[in-house]
Amino acid sequence: MSDQKVLLKVNDLKQYFPIKGGIFGRTINHVKAVDDVSFEIFEGETLSIVGESGCGKSTTGRAILRLDEPTAGEVEFDNTNILELNKKEMNKFRKDMQIIFQDPYASINPRHTVRQILTEAMEIQNAVPKKERNDRVKELMDTVGLGPHQADRYPHEFSGGQRQRIGIARALSVNPRLIIADEAVSALDVSIQAQVINLLKKLQREFKLTYLFISHDLGVVRHISDRIIVMYLGKVVEIADKNSLFTNNMHPYTKALLSAIPSTDVEKEKERIMLKGDVPSPIDPPEGCRFHTRCPFATDLCRTKVPELRNTEGMKDGHRAACHHMEAIRSGEHQPQVNA
Amino acid sequence: MTGAPDTSYDNILEIKNLQTSFFTKDLEVKAVDGVSFSIPKGKVLGVVGESGSGKSITSLSILRLIEEPGKVKGGEILFKGENLLDKSEAQMRKIRGNEISMIFQEPMTSLNPTFTVGQQIGESFRIHQGLSKKEAKKKSVDMLKLVGIPSPEKRVDQYPFELSGGMRQRVMIAIALACNPDLLIADEPTTALDVTIQAQILDLMKELQEKLDMGILLITHDLGVVAETCDYVAVMYCGKVVEFTDKKTLFTEPKHPYTVGLMESIPQYDQDIEGDLAVIKGSVPSPADMPKGCRFAPRCPFATDLCRNKLPDLETDEDGNQIRCWIYSDEWDGDPEVNVYERSESTS
Repeated sequence: MSDQKVLLKVNDLKQYFPIKGGIFGRTINHVKAVDDVSFEIFEGETLSIVGESGCGKSTTGRAILRLDEPTAGEVEFDNTNILELNKKEMNKFRKDMQIIFQDPYASINPRHTVRQILTEAMEIQNAVPKKERNDRVKELMDTVGLGPHQADRYPHEFSGGQRQRIGIARALSVNPRLIIADEAVSALDVSIQAQVINLLKKLQREFKLTYLFISHDLGVVRHISDRIIVMYLGKVVEIADKNSLFTNNMHPYTKALLSAIPSTDVEKEKERIMLKGDVPSPIDPPEGCRFHTRCPFATDLCRTKVPELRNTEGMKDGHRAACHHMEAIRSGEHQPQVNA
Repeated sequence: MTGAPDTSYDNILEIKNLQTSFFTKDLEVKAVDGVSFSIPKGKVLGVVGESGSGKSITSLSILRLIEEPGKVKGGEILFKGENLLDKSEAQMRKIRGNEISMIFQEPMTSLNPTFTVGQQIGESFRIHQGLSKKEAKKKSVDMLKLVGIPSPEKRVDQYPFELSGGMRQRVMIAIALACNPDLLIADEPTTALDVTIQAQILDLMKELQEKLDMGILLITHDLGVVAETCDYVAVMYCGKVVEFTDKKTLFTEPKHPYTVGLMESIPQYDQDIEGDLAVIKGSVPSPADMPKGCRFAPRCPFATDLCRNKLPDLETDEDGNQIRCWIYSDEWDGDPEVNVYERSESTS
């Protein structure tokens, strides 16, 4: 994977949302939704971001597209830092980067027909000459498995799965290179979800697309990804190729997250790492390692020093985790702390 | 409540041929169409199905919470041997929250934002057990302790907005369990929660179920949750039960092509799948345009003319497992060697 071309590079991305308060409506604090996140996506691969609600996975996706202006950091797309571009220059880049949203009911204009929805983006980006747009609509609908005769219907005439296909067709309409799929299959019933996942994989093969796939469902993520990022409270805690993440995970949070998923394997007794308590507030995140308040292995070091993402012996190239004690936990030297 | 309580029942709940429909001007939507199942005392029954399968309407029908234009048209709901459909509204009020409780999916919208947690738990004690405000509050603190909420003396005076999602769901459970119900209906109790919190809540429910020996009707679309918590499982499709078995049989030898398709279409976090996911082609038929034969026939890879024209019955085999599919009957007119685990086609 390392010899591949980097399509998107994110450096120290920060997204702080101000909290206004007091009689003058001044900024009194910040929600640190994304704090110093760095990663890269190679051309043609699927990189997934997983984590629980509030970990900053969706905010990361939105910040990359500047749907919310990031507080700090760099986002390099094809070697251009797009955070420095002005609005007009940025609009040119939007053709290359598209997003599919979670809720197919809320993300499509109910007053537009499918044809209008699909041609709007082509028109704005001038991606397809006017004469060819109708043909392109037909082709797009065919690509995502809808009938071309449905082009003049309104979104309410479609089921949830079909609407998500319209959302995908809209993203494809301008021939993007990167698609950010933000919980794109989460709202769908399982039998429909499988259809849409297969469609996304087919499109990737056909059009050599690159995906940033944001999801909380590790089953889907295992099926679709090449590499996976695990986030917790605005930080990356582990990044690895798919195999390493599921079979050689190093961070205690990744382990707990995987063990918490109910398994359909009724014959295997599974050991569960039960996390105590809830995710702390991102307004005042814990000092040191952000996971220390729930981590069974936490020590004083974890409570004071922020762990760096690092690779260590026994980990594949490119696999990194942010835990002070990962070597000692693996060797069994470091056991869960009793009064932690 | 007439006569002496009947203690001869084996099943805490027995539903026979339940039919619930919604009526529009010129259409009857049969949301629940002849559903039958039973829950043995102290056991957990899971009801799984996709949206529109009628699983939630079944649970609302049990508590008689169906409102206009919906109506329970027929069937029997035997709770401790007595038919709930024969009860008056006043009798139902004594049963709801007391003998049968319910937990809903969304803990934020099912708690009242203007009352404290203690007031909402205490309501059950005051209405069903006639306790004073002070006694009710004391018992509310005990309930919060039972469901594992830290510093319950402080939490009891807080409002729902001051609690996290997982905490709110614990409060919902505390309310539901306040009066030691014999049956708990949980409608997607963990769907809105994160997995690490879901694991906590499922653990808590299992622990309390054993401690209090109650029956649970767990409604969910998540087969993983079923595998971890249930004793028996009913799979619903388009208002009908298509398969009913114990949990182990369901996950090791599913019989109905819909159940098989459902399991194969869900990618698991602990398995690698080569190539495409297996899919169930098409989508759930509209209630206005129900197939006249087997409801699943238009999407079933094994469907024959028999399936398309005649609705199969829910047949019980010698182990007590139930299946609604022509393949397992003597009348089957397709390939006699048919193997439901081998898909003849895959469409995306």
